[in-house]
Amino acid sequence: MAFLAPALLFIGVFLLFPFIWVLIISFTDTALTGPSAANPSFVGLENYYRLFNASRWMRAGEFGNALRNTLFFVLGSAILGQAPLGLAIALAFHRKKGLVRELVFSVATMAWILPDVAVAFAWIAFLDRDFGTLNAVLGAFGVKAIDWYFDKPLVAITLFNIWRGTAFSMLLFSAALGNIPPSYWETAEVAGANAWQRFRDIILPLILPHFLTDLILITLWTFNTFTPYLITGGGPFFRSETVSMYTYRVAFKFLEFGRGAAVAVVMMAINFVLATGYLLSLRRRRAWR
Amino acid sequence: MRLVRFVAVRAGFVAVASLIGLFFVLPLLWLLTAPFNAQATLRVEWPSPFTLRNFGDVFRNSFAIRALFLNSILQAGGTMLGTAVIATLAAYALSRLQIRGRNVLVYLLVLFSSVVTGTAAMVPIFLLLYYLRLIDTHLGVILVLTGGLLPTGIFLMRDFVESVPRSYEESALVSGATPWQMFRDVVLPVLRPGMMVVAVWAFVNAWGNFLIPAILIRSPEKMPAPVAIYSFYTEGGTPVLTLISAYSLLYAIPVVVLYLFVNWRYGFRFFGGIKGGGR
Repeated sequence: MAFLAPALLFIGVFLLFPFIWVLIISFTDTALTGPSAANPSFVGLENYYRLFNASRWMRAGEFGNALRNTLFFVLGSAILGQAPLGLAIALAFHRKKGLVRELVFSVATMAWILPDVAVAFAWIAFLDRDFGTLNAVLGAFGVKAIDWYFDKPLVAITLFNIWRGTAFSMLLFSAALGNIPPSYWETAEVAGANAWQRFRDIILPLILPHFLTDLILITLWTFNTFTPYLITGGGPFFRSETVSMYTYRVAFKFLEFGRGAAVAVVMMAINFVLATGYLLSLRRRRAWR
Repeated sequence: MRLVRFVAVRAGFVAVASLIGLFFVLPLLWLLTAPFNAQATLRVEWPSPFTLRNFGDVFRNSFAIRALFLNSILQAGGTMLGTAVIATLAAYALSRLQIRGRNVLVYLLVLFSSVVTGTAAMVPIFLLLYYLRLIDTHLGVILVLTGGLLPTGIFLMRDFVESVPRSYEESALVSGATPWQMFRDVVLPVLRPGMMVVAVWAFVNAWGNFLIPAILIRSPEKMPAPVAIYSFYTEGGTPVLTLISAYSLLYAIPVVVLYLFVNWRYGFRFFGGIKGGGR
């Protein structure tokens, strides 16, 4: 059908083609400046060797460092942060209506949809050591002022990303909970099940496929997000640099596209492994229709 | 006793709910107070002296205003149109063609697109646009954003398309309408709410995106708001907080308005995908 053609064209040119091309570029010394700019040549695996050079790869500003930061960031903000918090909010407001629910859902959604740059500046103010709201609130509980940017940059962007992305999990889980037939609740209540039993025996099995769907999406999004760069710039001394910022720095600050492409390929490979892992576990649970 | 228990549970619930609400609202307060403060710092405080001068100063900056009211609207508007139209056509075609495994296919594309709109794909996309001579054009930004948003757009459209009764289409075809007439006069009117949702979603995404225009746009007169805001720095590199906060607020308002509109008109919730157990 002709209706499909434009979509196929777009997806082909802007999704599939770059995916293949980046592989090819990663074996060359393509750059925008310098001698190889006009005439990139094939360099084999050299870009990858440089990326994984064992003698220096965990140093500040190297790939290993960025990978370690990313691991912390994804685990902390997506898997331990957004998913449980989103589920907790969805459960707390399940089968409830009213102003409180409306307000909490609205502010959480705002945090999710407001423009990158606007929330980044808001968070720079929020985290400021001397004037920031976060330290002011903590100070009220007797906690000494923390210099988030210098002492805890990775924790800061992790906190930011929990704030930024929880709405997605919250909305997904509350839609999933809304699909559980009310008769299940009534039966459970008649049978005298307590809250924990209801959660374990009714909610958990029914939302498990959604939980996996949620995890896969937020993991990939968190892995690829660039917004924290607008808060810390990856600093200080690359202590909050994630793989996505590293790619940006190599490709668009140094303009070494060959090297940038090699990082991109490794990044995509990690994404691919993560996605496949989740998809396989989804499949085992016969979540596919 | 039961009353005490009820009150305690209720109070505990409100307390936890307020804590969660505070976590989401506190970081945003600065965007609401600083723009009205003549001497804004990074502190959240009641504006004193209260002023609207910051907005006046922003409006006198023709570069920033052009970025917000022309470039951002062009780029986000173009992406919105492209995504809504193409996603609708594709979702419709996909639902009417019997392709095995098409749900899995759409799902995989959604996953894939989340990778490809990130920094990883910016390397080949930049080079692609470089060879197509689309670097530093509005069209380039629109095309890349549309390509990245399409899979999720199709995904969102699916449920709306499924809800069009096939008997409508059949009776239109029987009475001699061409497939295109049938689509335009029978299917499209039913799909309008779905298209609205996808359009708003695409607009908000394109409007807020920093990375893609930051990489693809070079010349100041084509920069959208998220890139232009970085001009509100002194020569020493310190941000001018009065202007940045005022500009951020102006830049954020369309998103708030669209959210309120969608919430009021359709209820902000999940469309597509989540129906019955699993997909």
